[in-house]
Amino acid sequence: MYVAVKGGERAIEAAHAQLAEERRGDRAVAELTLAQIEQQLGLAVDRVMTEGSLYDRELAALAIKQARGDLVEAIFLLRAYRTTMPRLGASLPVETTRMTVRRRVSATFKDVPGGQILGPTFDYTHRLLDFSLAEPEDQREPRRGSGPPERVDGGPGDSRASMPRVVDVLDREGLIEAERPDAASRSVGDITREPLVFPAERDVRLQNLARGDEGFVLALGYATQRGYGRNHPFAAEIRIGEVELELAPEELGFPITIGELTVTECQMVNQFTGSATAPPQFTRGYGLAFGHAERKAMAMALVDRALRARELGEAAVTPPQDDEFVLSHSDNVEAAGFVQHLKLPHHVDFQSELVLLRTLRAEAGVAPATTTP
Amino acid sequence: MSGYNFAFLDEHTKRMIRRAILKAVAIPGYQVPFGSREMPLSYGWGTGGVQVTASVIGPDDVLKVIDQGADDTTNAVSIRQFFRRTTGVRTTTRADEATIIQTRHRVPETPLVEGQILVLQVPIPEPLRWLEPRETETRTMHALEEYGVMHVRLYEDITRHGHVETSYDYPVRVNGRYLMRPSPIPKFDNPKLDRNPALLLFGAGREKRIYAVPPYTPVRSLDFDDYPFTIERWEHACALCGARDAFLDEIVVDDKGGRMFVCSDTDHCERRRSGA
Repeated sequence: MYVAVKGGERAIEAAHAQLAEERRGDRAVAELTLAQIEQQLGLAVDRVMTEGSLYDRELAALAIKQARGDLVEAIFLLRAYRTTMPRLGASLPVETTRMTVRRRVSATFKDVPGGQILGPTFDYTHRLLDFSLAEPEDQREPRRGSGPPERVDGGPGDSRASMPRVVDVLDREGLIEAERPDAASRSVGDITREPLVFPAERDVRLQNLARGDEGFVLALGYATQRGYGRNHPFAAEIRIGEVELELAPEELGFPITIGELTVTECQMVNQFTGSATAPPQFTRGYGLAFGHAERKAMAMALVDRALRARELGEAAVTPPQDDEFVLSHSDNVEAAGFVQHLKLPHHVDFQSELVLLRTLRAEAGVAPATTTP
Repeated sequence: MSGYNFAFLDEHTKRMIRRAILKAVAIPGYQVPFGSREMPLSYGWGTGGVQVTASVIGPDDVLKVIDQGADDTTNAVSIRQFFRRTTGVRTTTRADEATIIQTRHRVPETPLVEGQILVLQVPIPEPLRWLEPRETETRTMHALEEYGVMHVRLYEDITRHGHVETSYDYPVRVNGRYLMRPSPIPKFDNPKLDRNPALLLFGAGREKRIYAVPPYTPVRSLDFDDYPFTIERWEHACALCGARDAFLDEIVVDDKGGRMFVCSDTDHCERRRSGA
């Protein structure tokens, strides 16, 4: 005799206990500390902060630990925490020309004012597993190049001095479209407080791409290079470093620095043959991410440029140029939720479908295979 | 629960959602965009319904949560626990005792009464979505009451199959104006929406939309004069309570094709069995 399934409450409790147990793993192995995650899995922390839209290394490390290293789950944890926070004010725009640069490369000029600074990059590593890392540091043979790095290039040195943007070099010649700031009276969109409406403006698009899933944005950026919304990009500049975050409280009347952020900024320049209203010139694509996140920032810049199709009078015919397609599907918290909700019971809908399907089959003259119940 | 406001959401957010609900009630069936928040539950698990419930619930409310008609499915249990933790309100499984009923995929068999609120969880709010994927287009179609494409679709179903091929989330016209998705309830439940004495609120969290059917509002399932709307019928009665007029779930009882049919609404079934 069938008995309606009960005990969902106990099953959920048991599942949570089991999850906690699996998260901890073998207790003979030392437990991870947040400092270890923050220091040694720093790029995971950067991604979780970027897509979680919350700059807090310690909370991101906590989320990664709690999520057992599942970064999308960690991003979700951080978002659900962030959404409960009050909105105290808006910072001034971050001035990246005053960045303390750790890495800065330009692909468009052999040398640029301020110099090329390679910095900590995987770019020229040979992807050979380094088996020496399998041993703790103190038991390892000392290696060439270990110890704190020397500064090879005297370049960056004085950080707070202005480091001009490479695109500004083109700007002076009028070769690149002028960047026109919005009217001061126009308030900037906030996708965490207001629903998306289409067509979306560039502020909203950039916010959406910044917190968008890295894999999704990467794939779309890649697609633009393969002909789906091709826009002939050049990486004018990628810079990584620390910038000051400033707030101008009304009662003070002048800006104060409230903290420092590490960010990755990418400026792409793209060929543009001109339109009825604009002369032939370079156009821009922009990417910005928290921490060290070049892949994300570059892909974002490609997609940003693709999404400007309408504004530049290009035919928007491919997915990366379609703001509804891109912005509606970029968020991995939304996407992961909706894809996985298929795990939830759907037996009522399914029963409705069964009733309909049996009716249709009966009318088509198909005899049922079994006679039960 | 310490560290969080009553019903989790802060009061500013609740006010924003209540405004959206008021607008939705004022324009029955119209989808009102709202600033949906990330909730501590996954998208697709009912974040829209949870935000609506959290904005209307007060300390004196009595809450019932069902999924697939049942109070004891894991997601219903989890959402009920969430509100018990964050509000401390009394919960119940009885549809006639609840002031707020949050549901996924069913409208209770027990008729609702004035003063009750039914909150439905909505995955995709736009009834025209499968016919036109673009929001910019569908907004215009609603504004112009341009619903011909939906009638054409139903017509094509009938000419090809002799039936409308939609068994759940069957489109309705609300108050003779807006085309609305009733959320994935079986079409069996559609007639219950028509002139219902309770307030029906629909929340779509991921899609950031709220809509409503105020009490006693006409809700008509789309059909044709010569092909009237019909609901599912079973040859069986509920194997537990004997009901012949309830929506039945099919349970596979062995691997030889054995089946049994029982009420999907567990509260309704239990009360019939206990004679209450």
